[in-house]
Amino acid sequence: MGPIALLTVVVLAVFVGFEVVSKVTSKLHTPLMSGANAIHGIILVGAIIVAGQASDPWVLGIALLAVVLATVNLVGGFVVTDRMLEMFSAHKRARIPASTGATKAGGTAGEGHPGEGGSAGAAGESR
Amino acid sequence: MSLLSPEWTALLYLVAAVCFILALKGLSSPRTARRGNAIGAAGALLAVATVFCSVRLENIPLILVAIAVGAALAVPVARRVQMTQMPQLVALFNGVGGGAAALVAVLELGHQEDPWVRLAVVFTMLVGAVSFAGSAVTVGKLQELISTRPLLFPGMPWVMGAVLLGAVVSGALVVLTGSLGWSLALLGLSLAAGLLLVLPVGGADVPIVISLLNAFTGLAVAASGVVLGNVLLLVAGTLVGASGTILTKVMASAMGRGVGGIMFGAFKGGSTAGSTALSDRPVRSSSPEDIAVQLGYAQRVVIVPGYGLAVAQGQHTVAELATALGARGVDVVFAIHPVAGRMPGHMNVLLAEANVPYESLRELAEVNPEFATTDIVLVVGANDVVNPAAKSSPGSPIYGMPILEVVQAQQVVFLKRSMRPGFAGIENELLHDPKTTLLFGDAKDSLARVLGAVKAL
Repeated sequence: MGPIALLTVVVLAVFVGFEVVSKVTSKLHTPLMSGANAIHGIILVGAIIVAGQASDPWVLGIALLAVVLATVNLVGGFVVTDRMLEMFSAHKRARIPASTGATKAGGTAGEGHPGEGGSAGAAGESR
Repeated sequence: MSLLSPEWTALLYLVAAVCFILALKGLSSPRTARRGNAIGAAGALLAVATVFCSVRLENIPLILVAIAVGAALAVPVARRVQMTQMPQLVALFNGVGGGAAALVAVLELGHQEDPWVRLAVVFTMLVGAVSFAGSAVTVGKLQELISTRPLLFPGMPWVMGAVLLGAVVSGALVVLTGSLGWSLALLGLSLAAGLLLVLPVGGADVPIVISLLNAFTGLAVAASGVVLGNVLLLVAGTLVGASGTILTKVMASAMGRGVGGIMFGAFKGGSTAGSTALSDRPVRSSSPEDIAVQLGYAQRVVIVPGYGLAVAQGQHTVAELATALGARGVDVVFAIHPVAGRMPGHMNVLLAEANVPYESLRELAEVNPEFATTDIVLVVGANDVVNPAAKSSPGSPIYGMPILEVVQAQQVVFLKRSMRPGFAGIENELLHDPKTTLLFGDAKDSLARVLGAVKAL
């Protein structure tokens, strides 16, 4: 890819990044940070390429270390973000009183999170 | 096995990049956030599968083992970490990502002849290593393994200048010669620069540093995309770099500080000094029963939760107290300072864990005009975010930081562990105010005693 094409991609990505993040509610800033953190763990792709092309054992060793580090970043980041967001969505359901939940409980009743304190009838989150 | 064509590879990477954008976009509402994160994870999985199918790779079994090791290290930690320790974990994951980017760049150096690409190698190494070392210091500060006060030594600005100059010189030599020796020197100097950059930052500013280093790692990953000619790394890294930059600016303005002032404030001397002496001035302390009476017969109560609440794991008890007061007809809301806890939005996560409803959470701008009509403010384990010094004393390290103006309420009750100053290391005049009473003890214990007394009313 030529330099101008690369520059185009970068500039557009910068604007997308600004645009998307400025719409994130401040209540979700911690999951945002950990989610963005998980995304840069995609350096794993780079680490895999380098490790896959290594012939020298030293190079291979360091590349494999990079693979381990990048995996920690990528997998750990997504898992922990999911754990946080699960709490947010679980209590979102819990707050709706059971009486009003009854009328619209149809669509989402199947995805309650056991053990997160939501009453069973309160799954009627409008979508 | 035949490999995917470059067109298919590029297409699959594009799909993965769109998944990442959707992951960030999902966070605009708690309703879509979890699904967004799952889409992001699916995008990452797709990207990793794509690389195995599109590049001729040796050592595949070893790579798979390394991935398994990484996942085996990360998943249990991510599953079990306490919500109070989230900032450390995010900083840790960020640091290892930066480290991985720097290592990838070093190893790629030998394959690159083009000076522009070598420049990208140098950038990745510099920024990745700064992020790695800086994050390590951040984790240390958050775990209180090292002092949360700004660490400075005489001549530090000169040392920092020399390190940066050395990094620039060795970086230039790497670009010109492609020498591995100089690249190792660059790596060492970059690590030193990361340490020197974060050590002088005071504890109260650490949330901003986490965000900034997150943006740094994003930029390092983007530059590694240039090195490897991989558009996905370029897009994902740029996305994180841009979003991290915006978030850092939002955070800094929530604290009334410039990013430059935070990173380099301590170099100018004095600005984040903070007092270490415990005050022996008198304070009025109270009993759980008295506080229960005050709360139980109030019309309107605002609870200001802080990091002390989180440390004591008292979020469930405070939620119960709010429910008990609500049942008595008291109007109870929570006032959340943007930097309550130790990273942006941290307190929201902790209260979500305790199932506190959104409607009773108020942000700073909403709640400040309401304090004048509030009977009692219950400050649980918070200090700096209600410290009037931020408005009244220009010499204070937190001067200019927007605070919750609890001083305007009729009564203020602090639940505090001790008279120890807060994370920023400065004393709070409000503790000595005639309208203030204190209940000393672990936040959770104190809350449980107050809760018991409220139920007995």
